[in-house]
Amino acid sequence: MLMLTCPYCGIDADETELTPGGQAHLTRETVGSDDDTFESYLFMRENPKGVHFERWRHSYGCGKWFHAARCTVTLEVFGTYSAQTTEPPKEICDKISGKRPGWSWGSFS
Amino acid sequence: MSDTFAMIEQVGPRGMMTLRGDLSSTKLKNAATGVAGVDFPGISECNCVDERGIAWMSPDEVLVITPYDEIAKDLKRMQKILSGTHHLLANVSDARSVFMISGAKSREIIAKLSPVDLHPDSLIPGQFRRTRLAQVPAAFWMRDKNTFELICFRSVADYVSTLLHNAASAGSEVGYFQ
Amino acid sequence: MSTRLAQQGRFLNKTKTLKFTFNGKQMKGVEGDTLASALLANGQTLVGRSFKYHRPRGIVASGAEEPNALVNLGTNGQFDPNARATTTEVFDGLQATSQNHWPSLEFDVGAINKHLSRFLPAGFYYKMFIHPRSFWKHIYEPFIRQSAGLGKAPKARDADTYEHFYAHVDILIIGGGVAGLAAALTAGKSGARVLLIEQTAHWGGRAPVDGGIIDGVEAEEWVSSTLQALEKMKNVTLRSRMMGAGVYDHGYVLSYERLTDHTSESTGPRHRLWRIRAKQVVTATGAIERPLSFAGNDIPGVMLASAVRDYVVNYAVSPGDRTVIVTNNDDAYRTALILKHAGLDVPAVVDARPEGGGALMQQVKDLGVRVLTGKGIAKVKGGKHVEGVGICSQAGEGAVLEDIACDAIAMSGGWSPVVHLWSHCGGKLIWDVEKAHFRPDVSKGPTGADGKPFVVPAGAANGAMSLANVLAGSVAAGKMVVEQAGLKPKRIVTPEGESMPETPLKPVWMMPQGAGIKLRSKMWLDYQNDVKVSDVQLAAQEGFESVEHAKRYTTLGMATDQGKLSNINGLAVLSDALNADIPDVGTTTFRPPYTPISMGSIGGEARADLFQPIRKTPMHDWHDEQGAYWEPVGHWRRPYCYPRSAENHQDAVTREVTNTRENLGLLDASTLGKIVVKGPDAGKFLDMLYTNMMSSLKPGRCRYGLMCSENGFLIDDGVVARIDEDTFLCHTTTGGADRIHAHMEEWLQTEWWDWKVWTVNLTEQYAQIAVVGPNARKVLEKLGGMDVSKDTLPFMAWADGQIGGIDVRAYRISFSGELSYEIAVRAGQGRALWDALVEAGQEFGVMPYGTEALHVMRAEKGFIMIGDETDGTVIPQDLGLHWALSKKKDDYLGRRAQERDHMTDPNRWKLVGLETVDGSVIPDGAYAVEDDTNENGQRNMQARVTSTYYSPTLKRGIAMGLVENGPDRMGEQLEFPKIDGTSVFAKIVDPVFFDKEGTKQDV
Repeated sequence: MLMLTCPYCGIDADETELTPGGQAHLTRETVGSDDDTFESYLFMRENPKGVHFERWRHSYGCGKWFHAARCTVTLEVFGTYSAQTTEPPKEICDKISGKRPGWSWGSFS
Repeated sequence: MSDTFAMIEQVGPRGMMTLRGDLSSTKLKNAATGVAGVDFPGISECNCVDERGIAWMSPDEVLVITPYDEIAKDLKRMQKILSGTHHLLANVSDARSVFMISGAKSREIIAKLSPVDLHPDSLIPGQFRRTRLAQVPAAFWMRDKNTFELICFRSVADYVSTLLHNAASAGSEVGYFQ
Repeated sequence: MSTRLAQQGRFLNKTKTLKFTFNGKQMKGVEGDTLASALLANGQTLVGRSFKYHRPRGIVASGAEEPNALVNLGTNGQFDPNARATTTEVFDGLQATSQNHWPSLEFDVGAINKHLSRFLPAGFYYKMFIHPRSFWKHIYEPFIRQSAGLGKAPKARDADTYEHFYAHVDILIIGGGVAGLAAALTAGKSGARVLLIEQTAHWGGRAPVDGGIIDGVEAEEWVSSTLQALEKMKNVTLRSRMMGAGVYDHGYVLSYERLTDHTSESTGPRHRLWRIRAKQVVTATGAIERPLSFAGNDIPGVMLASAVRDYVVNYAVSPGDRTVIVTNNDDAYRTALILKHAGLDVPAVVDARPEGGGALMQQVKDLGVRVLTGKGIAKVKGGKHVEGVGICSQAGEGAVLEDIACDAIAMSGGWSPVVHLWSHCGGKLIWDVEKAHFRPDVSKGPTGADGKPFVVPAGAANGAMSLANVLAGSVAAGKMVVEQAGLKPKRIVTPEGESMPETPLKPVWMMPQGAGIKLRSKMWLDYQNDVKVSDVQLAAQEGFESVEHAKRYTTLGMATDQGKLSNINGLAVLSDALNADIPDVGTTTFRPPYTPISMGSIGGEARADLFQPIRKTPMHDWHDEQGAYWEPVGHWRRPYCYPRSAENHQDAVTREVTNTRENLGLLDASTLGKIVVKGPDAGKFLDMLYTNMMSSLKPGRCRYGLMCSENGFLIDDGVVARIDEDTFLCHTTTGGADRIHAHMEEWLQTEWWDWKVWTVNLTEQYAQIAVVGPNARKVLEKLGGMDVSKDTLPFMAWADGQIGGIDVRAYRISFSGELSYEIAVRAGQGRALWDALVEAGQEFGVMPYGTEALHVMRAEKGFIMIGDETDGTVIPQDLGLHWALSKKKDDYLGRRAQERDHMTDPNRWKLVGLETVDGSVIPDGAYAVEDDTNENGQRNMQARVTSTYYSPTLKRGIAMGLVENGPDRMGEQLEFPKIDGTSVFAKIVDPVFFDKEGTKQDV
């Protein structure tokens, strides 16, 4: 039963106050994209054993979507941050590097 | 309803306005504080005096609380100040129900229903908490150290009333927050 | 025979007698008794029958680990099966019955199973499944059903109440023994918010029974002074009768508080499930003594050595007059000392160790007790009760050297730390060779959100077996959790513990070590599931080598006690059979809850009226007064129809449809979603959200729109009204209100966060009433206040105004094909407007109509319904809604997906109308068959029905369905087989059955 800190309202939210939203940092593909690219956008997801970036919504609280960097094995939370970004903030990446040297995820490392 | 160890009453209706916009804008702050007569709240806070107040709902939303009968006038006043800015102001007075829970053990009632730290060191008057009350969304704040004011959606007012009375049944005191 | 002693009984208030019944027999206990101690005090050593062989069983333990003494408690609404007698406190009027016996506890037909035991080996159930099926059906199953199973399921509704409680603490300490108390004292002094819980009603754990000196005083005295000190600390909360049930991720712990189980006078909830968030958790859960595996070790009268002394000291009960003690360690000698001091006879201590024990053994010898070293028990004599033991050499094969008469046996195979709570969330274990047990590997604890350990074991739960080690370790654990919780520990002097020194135990997994099959098949490992040493060996022999496989094959540890006594012994037997080391074989997984918790506590308040929230519209009470038949729509309740006195539902629906088409109908449409979208980019945003163009909508006008997911599938539909240049009001389906608002916010917050758009969900701010039928305008005009004429308020327009003196917004939209106004009013005025319409409508033939009439009317018009015509795999093109797909837009959510080859497949099933040949109604969900069959010999399918109704307007069955190439096959007949074997035939027709030109709604 996770507990995540909402970066918007600062509340330590119980998992039952949150809604999960799958993988973070997808790039929307649309009209004009080729079939493979579009299929990948719709269906292909990271399924890592270790560092992962996810979307969560503080649905019973401020209603804001945010991102969480989390380890899928230990459930360690490296940090939560605004959903209004296309990549994880540097300080979170640095923190992960300190704890999981050599990590990589999608195009991030 | 059977005996309860705290007083639970449905109060209101309350005049309530949802105001979405740039919370750092002076115009927006003025519109809200001008009507509510209280200071603009910080993150996850609520400033409330009698029937007027402002609650921080999200980084781009506040709830402005006024007497129900003055809502039309207050809406107009705010609209006037806000005109020309990108905002959304909506009357939500009829969409909400308000409950007052008072008594020395009122914290226990909420703690039976919400996954929130209600310890007196953690939750103090002035804080505003949007959360889950059993199976429905709700928000509450403390008027004083023994009194909660709780808002839920109108359609579930009966459910919330039953929930609160049930959680406050005499004989079910927990004796945890001393 | 077991009996009540005149002396001792530290938990008892002997002045207060309590009456209770066991299997209907009146018995007496005293205040402080558990059901187990009271039964023993009444000489009732036979308490149940075993699960498989129906062997007579007695009480083995004194706590939560008890495998045998399971009883049914109470009657009717207070009936509770599978209660452990050892953890059930007796109260006046308690009623208990034993389980697993038929017809009676004393005489049990099922006991014949024991003669069949050679036919009921490990894996019996699996093996029998492949035997002749008729055998299973006619012989095994009826017999097993009659004789197997634990307690009975309650039949009456539970009369008690239950609740949850959320607590957030710095430090949770589980276990109120000496270790938990020492840890709490340490943590409490630091100022941390501490919660200390104890599963029993008593603090102090084993120390007061087992003896020892702490800081120069008896353990019991230290316990009470420590408790006093803790009670004075404002930051420390003590709760007894509260069990740590499970430890989960991020410091989440479930604890189970039993509030009224120990008393007949109950006010308030019976159980409270605490949902705790702890920064740090100390597991001071103690240790459990292991049985020894010797033939007949399940006969009533064979008990754990520690339990024997618990009963004497705590409950003033002697399990027997003559107790033989059998052990592989020094600790069991404490039982001999206590029995002797109580004036009871100990004919012998049988010590499997060739050299025997140390100082404790010497004390026992000094009291004149015979100590036989290097010996074991070959077998126990007796059937329903122990009558004696045959002694053998532990090293041999079980030849009896001597018989000793006795009526009780106290056994000790060493101690296993209770590692369950440590392990629940991933804490690892190491095998301690010297003590022959698994204990927490403190370097590999469960980690929390910060990646750091959040569980710290203390005391016997950490493998500490002497008082000095327990205290030192617990103070250290207390300091550690304070630091790990981010606080500063205060200096504290570690209490000094003194206890008798002990010589090491010698692991004994089978007694005697060379026992043959005859003895091995009488050595019980798992009492509750009737698993023997021979069963585990057979499992290994048959190839079930993994511990998890062996567990399932033999059912070892799978009963309600989850193998608290049997796991390590079974594991050791398995390792031996596999010729492997115990740590290499590993343990099975420990899963919560530690002991079973009530279903009521899990449900908490969510039952009866509070089972789930019911959402009510402002007109709910009116519908209820009119006798509405309710339909759940999400959490809402909506009237399905309003049956009049003698009417059935179908008749009511027919009447409501006909009246609406001919006169005037009112529908409570308040549940429909109403979302305001505002901002300079609102039009652009809605163009992305809807498949059609919304930015071109003129203020004052309405437009029906479709919404798709990014996968291209339809997710919602509804009418959008443009309020002003910047503002739109989007109507959604009832179920879509919250979902679509969340969908909008998701795209605004996570994709187009630079767009200037705000949304707010105003669904509950407004009541909405559909005023429908040829007389709709007349009733509104009668109430007056605004111009609702065709010219001023044409079809698909809206206007603000007043109706009957109430401020409203009127939309000219129709879901029925009739002249129709949807009147929105603030919720507080909803009922007033409804009442006014009902009253004013009398002369125009007004009747309310429900959701079913709404469905029938929309189906007559061929309007789709999200959730009927769509199921998450349907795109607008399937429904012939091409007209709603804007060709002027570059993009909308779902557009690219609708270009994928499967979506553009010409053979997709498409929407048509279906008209039955005989006028009957096609069953819901029917499929149309093809002539040919697939590779499995099943008929191929070519269509399915999505909506099907009796149409009162057309007086025949009508339906809509998705048909392969449907629109190209007008006039063709399809065959829909029914459940009764007959078929209904239907013609493919246009889905609009009524008023194809739409003239009725546009008047």
